[in-house]
Amino acid sequence: MDSDYAIIGGGVVGLSVAWGLLGRGRSVTVIDGDDGSFRASRGNFGLVWVQSKGMNQPRYASWSQASVAAWRGFAEELREGTGEDPALRQNGGYDLHFSEETLAETVARYEVLKAKLGGNYPYEVLGHNELRMEEPAIGPKVAGAILHHQDGHANPLKLLRALAADVRRRGGRVLNGKTVQSVSRNDVFRIECTDGTIVEAARTVLSAGLGSAALGPKMGFRAPIRPQRGQVLITEKLPKLLNRPSLLARQVDEGGVQIGVTNEEVGHDDTVTVEGIAGIAAQAIAAYPVLAKAQLVRSWGALRVLSPDGLPIYQHSREMPGAYLVTCHSGVTLAAAHARFLPDWLEGTAQAPDLEVFSEDRFDLS
Amino acid sequence: MKTASTFRELEPEGPRVRVRFAGRDLLLREGGNLAAELLAAGVTPFRRTPVSGAPRAPFCMMGACFDCLVEIDGVTRQACMCEVGPGMEIAMPFAERDGDA
Amino acid sequence: MRDADLVILGAGPAGMAAARTAAEAGLVVVLLDEQPRAGGQIYRDVERAGERRAAILGADYLKGADLVRDLPHPNIRHLAGATAWQVEEGRRVAFTLDGEAELVEGRRLLIATGALERPMPIPGWTLPGVMTAGAAQILLKQSGMVCEGAVLAGCGPLLYLVAAQMCRAGTPPLALVETQTAADRLAALRHIGGALRGWRALAKGLGLLAELRRAGVRRYTGASDLAVEGGAQAQALRFTAGGRAHRIACSTVLLHHGVVPNTQVARSIGVPHRWDDAQRAFVPERDPWGRAAGLEGVFIAGDGGGIGGAGAAALAGRLAALAVACDLGRLSPGERDRAARPLRAALSRELAVRPFLDRAYPPFAGALRPGDDTLICRCEEVTAGDIRRYASIGCLGPNQTKAFGRVGMGPCQGRYCGLTVTELLADANGRSQDETGYYRIRPPLKPVTLGELAALAASQSKETAE
Repeated sequence: MDSDYAIIGGGVVGLSVAWGLLGRGRSVTVIDGDDGSFRASRGNFGLVWVQSKGMNQPRYASWSQASVAAWRGFAEELREGTGEDPALRQNGGYDLHFSEETLAETVARYEVLKAKLGGNYPYEVLGHNELRMEEPAIGPKVAGAILHHQDGHANPLKLLRALAADVRRRGGRVLNGKTVQSVSRNDVFRIECTDGTIVEAARTVLSAGLGSAALGPKMGFRAPIRPQRGQVLITEKLPKLLNRPSLLARQVDEGGVQIGVTNEEVGHDDTVTVEGIAGIAAQAIAAYPVLAKAQLVRSWGALRVLSPDGLPIYQHSREMPGAYLVTCHSGVTLAAAHARFLPDWLEGTAQAPDLEVFSEDRFDLS
Repeated sequence: MKTASTFRELEPEGPRVRVRFAGRDLLLREGGNLAAELLAAGVTPFRRTPVSGAPRAPFCMMGACFDCLVEIDGVTRQACMCEVGPGMEIAMPFAERDGDA
Repeated sequence: MRDADLVILGAGPAGMAAARTAAEAGLVVVLLDEQPRAGGQIYRDVERAGERRAAILGADYLKGADLVRDLPHPNIRHLAGATAWQVEEGRRVAFTLDGEAELVEGRRLLIATGALERPMPIPGWTLPGVMTAGAAQILLKQSGMVCEGAVLAGCGPLLYLVAAQMCRAGTPPLALVETQTAADRLAALRHIGGALRGWRALAKGLGLLAELRRAGVRRYTGASDLAVEGGAQAQALRFTAGGRAHRIACSTVLLHHGVVPNTQVARSIGVPHRWDDAQRAFVPERDPWGRAAGLEGVFIAGDGGGIGGAGAAALAGRLAALAVACDLGRLSPGERDRAARPLRAALSRELAVRPFLDRAYPPFAGALRPGDDTLICRCEEVTAGDIRRYASIGCLGPNQTKAFGRVGMGPCQGRYCGLTVTELLADANGRSQDETGYYRIRPPLKPVTLGELAALAASQSKETAE
């Protein structure tokens, strides 16, 4: 047998879980795709985010909050291990509004959620003038914003790189350029790749993003996952312009302003469209007029890994005990939770988080 | 920032216009290629990089390398893709790092 | 939104020749080019070259004037100064002209975006004062400018041409530091048959060398360990040749070791490419008319489809235009083939010398796999050592190194680092260049301001409303 765990998928989700397991002394083999795979980890917007999540499922909000709270220590440990700093900033973040009405509606919904969370939902409402004090670049069309103090952002690519380096440093075995063909289980799991590579492990975690939709049913999961396209823009590097991130734009640590994002149901098509990026550009200028003069240097389309209700799925296979499905579309926000708390759930320790609401069973009810 | 140029104009005749680059007045051939005219005027570097602050000047002269970037009226442009016009106000991108501007 | 039968990207020899041929067959052509005047890089500003410049630049350059003169035609709309930044669904092109973003849709698209100089990463190649040899030529062609006290370094016929032109202008280079070796020359002799068939090119090269000898330009061959010294400006070129270390003080170094197809547009719309070992570069897959593989209605002609030079480019442009005219019912297959026959014969003569040149002047090995400290991505300042480190943590292809280290993320969109990254990864991982692959090119092909983009969104929604 090769390892205690075989992790199928070497993106942020799979590597975070692998990193956490390695930290507990488990041996891990990560099976990763190739250069051209759909990789949500390479297209991530980079928010480490709480607000607007779990409006209909408070447990998702609290799970995100737990991850966001653990992020600082997680980032620190990664930095100590690799010298790579994922550029975490947790100084709050905005949900910008162009009308008083939508602002008021959102606040009303936040109040409901706040009550369900026992009051732990620290946000404040900023009118246009107050917001302008914080963000001088804001334009006259912005009515106001909700500033949530638990929000922040990080550099998702530096996170990915740090995880890739530290998983190896911790003794993890990472196989790149692989496509998993079949998974079977007798005494141990036997994972076969298209190039003939075989990995054997006592347990296996399926965290292959969109690839989980095809592999999941072979391992006893429903894995009802679909792609949703998000187009993102980034400008040339600019002097400091934005203090805090918003759902619309954030200034990355290297200086570019990253702007998003579309939500498009177009299947496995990650192309960038003129219509898509022109619309995003118009919205960004409405929020921050000075961006009209900024040069767009890159854009990309990435495919979100979405479940029917948008929440993560954490599922232990009934058909194949020892196989786990881990999938979500917020791999960066949840990276700390996956690294710090998910190993307890996989190992079934007394500290295991209660993830019952994230079981696939929820889709049977509907 | 301004040195004696090693570039020589074979046909220096023709009307010249005043252009400001990083706070200095230059007389450049009207309608000429901006990057070429700045080189002839002895301008170097054109900019500093946002990554390390390294000095850069034109490299490819055909719009491919983006090393001749300058800021014209608040917009970053490739100098080698612009023509000299009267009264152009040109700034050096990221100049403040080394106090060039 | 404008419409056309044929949209052509690039007004160099391939684009100009294609436009004229297509227009004569009755097609409505929109020709987009970034420059204010037609000609491409090879014939840059040829219509404005005075007597003095013409004498320096030579007869081959002046040939371009015919193509430029033939360009005006009622069926050709030449949009000069138009920067194309996105191609959609194969044939819809978004571009900026005079600060306004616009769209044009063609029933067919011809990509004629030519070549780029092969990236030549050596220590110090980002210093002010280091330029490509092509840049020196453009300065001469467009602006009538020459450079005093320069050193030319690298290899290939263009280096001789630039050196000779500098001599004619009265500013000879301090030295020609060439990287090809005696062994390369010997190996190239295998292809001498083809070279003799393309004897005109060969004779021109020999003539240039004689000119340089007469002017007393120092030449070093088999040079290695090239490095540019300097702090704020290039100060000297260092190299090893003939077993000795050399240092030539100079404030301008002109680099060149061949040209490679500019594949940005073709890549951005998913045309498959394959590695060409002889040209040591990726080339798009095409049929003999230039029709791109795997995409409906897209053609590629000229150096962008594989390096062949200006003469070959014009012929390939005409062939592509004939195929488009036939596709769109303006020519019968018989008429198309009859018109193509002499063009194909001429094309074969033009290309005969290539195998000899490719073998005689291989790219400088030290720049294909630079030392760890050498910057290979000029925009994001990533070194060769960084790429090797990313390979050691699992990067098999350039898109993963892009995510890990920002290489290729800058405004040049990988034009001057892409091939180096492929070569470094192929070497580090023990895989072929084809297996390693290349960057996925995304829009914008050239930067566009958010304001220009946003205005397009407004005008499009207005069009829809109307």
